[in-house]
Amino acid sequence: MSLQSVLESGKFVVTAEVGPLKGTDTTEIIEAAEVLRGRVDAANVTDQQSSVMRLGSLVVSYLLKQKGLEPVYQMTCRDRNRIALQSDLLSAWVMGIENVLALTGDLPALGDHPQAMAVYDLDSVQLLSVISKLNEGHDMVGNELAGKTGFFPGAVVNPGADTEASFELQLFKMEKKINAGARFFQTQAIYDVDSFAKFMKRVEGFKVPVLAGVIPLKSAGMARFMNKNVAGVFVPDELIKRMEAAENKTQTGIQIAADLMKQLKGVCQGVHIMAIGWEKRVPQILEAAGF
Amino acid sequence: MILSKQKPWEEILGYLDGEKSVFLLGCNGCAQASGTGGPEQVTEMKDKLEAEGKKVTGSTVVDFLCEKALVKSRLRGKLEQVKVADSILVMTCGVGVQAVAASVNKVCHPACDTVNLGGSRGEWKGSERCMECGECLLEYTGGICPLTACTKGLISGQCGGASKGKCELNPEKDCGWELIYKRLKAKGQLDMLKKPIPPKNWDRMMPDVSVMATSHWALERTD
Repeated sequence: MSLQSVLESGKFVVTAEVGPLKGTDTTEIIEAAEVLRGRVDAANVTDQQSSVMRLGSLVVSYLLKQKGLEPVYQMTCRDRNRIALQSDLLSAWVMGIENVLALTGDLPALGDHPQAMAVYDLDSVQLLSVISKLNEGHDMVGNELAGKTGFFPGAVVNPGADTEASFELQLFKMEKKINAGARFFQTQAIYDVDSFAKFMKRVEGFKVPVLAGVIPLKSAGMARFMNKNVAGVFVPDELIKRMEAAENKTQTGIQIAADLMKQLKGVCQGVHIMAIGWEKRVPQILEAAGF
Repeated sequence: MILSKQKPWEEILGYLDGEKSVFLLGCNGCAQASGTGGPEQVTEMKDKLEAEGKKVTGSTVVDFLCEKALVKSRLRGKLEQVKVADSILVMTCGVGVQAVAASVNKVCHPACDTVNLGGSRGEWKGSERCMECGECLLEYTGGICPLTACTKGLISGQCGGASKGKCELNPEKDCGWELIYKRLKAKGQLDMLKKPIPPKNWDRMMPDVSVMATSHWALERTD
């Protein structure tokens, strides 16, 4: 079932994430696909995540599709100009990929090739409008396509912006993304459901489904690291203490993620689990959450 | 004003590998202001090269190495020193090195890297930057350029990386979009943030072809 029809059915949606590795060995990806198939509604495939060079998201999305797992093809504007972006979108459609998540992309300076030229010919909002045009049967400058696309485009938003200006800017940009064609949103990891509920109240009027980000904690150190270094992520002290005190950290991390998911069920339209190496534990998390 | 910095010493020495003698050329214009090719740096360079066993056949500092007529007239009195040198080490910006290379039939080594000014112009210090993009967006952004104020140069709004109002790449640097937001808010123009900005025509950022070709000054005319 396509992600679009699951979202339209009103079911609480679960998506996961697969991060391609550096190299040509696809064993991990195939194993993750087999574990996730039938347990999640779709899986994102990250595009050179954190600006670290890896196997491409287009071909891994295709592999997931072949394995019967619905892919969400992540596409950033960092590494390709408008010609390459449009061409890859056409290729994706030919490969049977239906969902695209449009992102601007991290700066190369954050990755393992900091010398690379950042492209940013387009940004996430403009990429969404390009996808909308391809869906209408034209390229971005209006030339007719022989065979159009039918993508279901999505985008991201950071509900945890920590200043008034940034919070409002995120809402303005979210609205721009919707006007440019975004049909669903995935968010940065949420640990404070009350604050997130306030965000959801603000975006209620947009009538676009939001899948809240869930990152299972592996340790207290990981939580502290994210608080310090990942914009928009705030792990409350109480959870950090719980992880610190836990005898079985894996079990506690899974339980916290499951509890968050249960709370989020009443707040938004779905969750997006970013397991970061724990892809194979996603079914355990779902089970603990009663999903 | 063009900003330059001296290349790493090993790189300069590498250029001179296999050569025994060199003539030094400095510039009293931007390179002197940059502290990379003024009289002081030329003297330092002479000492350092001699310590490496290179023979410095002579040196001079021209007011503006970017002006070919000046380069030629100032070198006229030093022709013998230039002739006996294996090469010329030019201690100035990329324009100056090109002007010297075009004026003298000698191998010319650049001693400096020309540094991108990031859109700042003129002698007066200030925080405003213009990238000369050929398609001004300041109407929509409260008079703050998103191409230069935002590290990513985003024109549709803030990325998700700002933390406490600072850029994720440099916690010292204000998030450009936060500055834009505050300015627009102060001016009662927040609705500008809803306006879709079409993809930029980056082609307009390229200089006009007539500017890219050498613009001939009267003194340089060959016809």
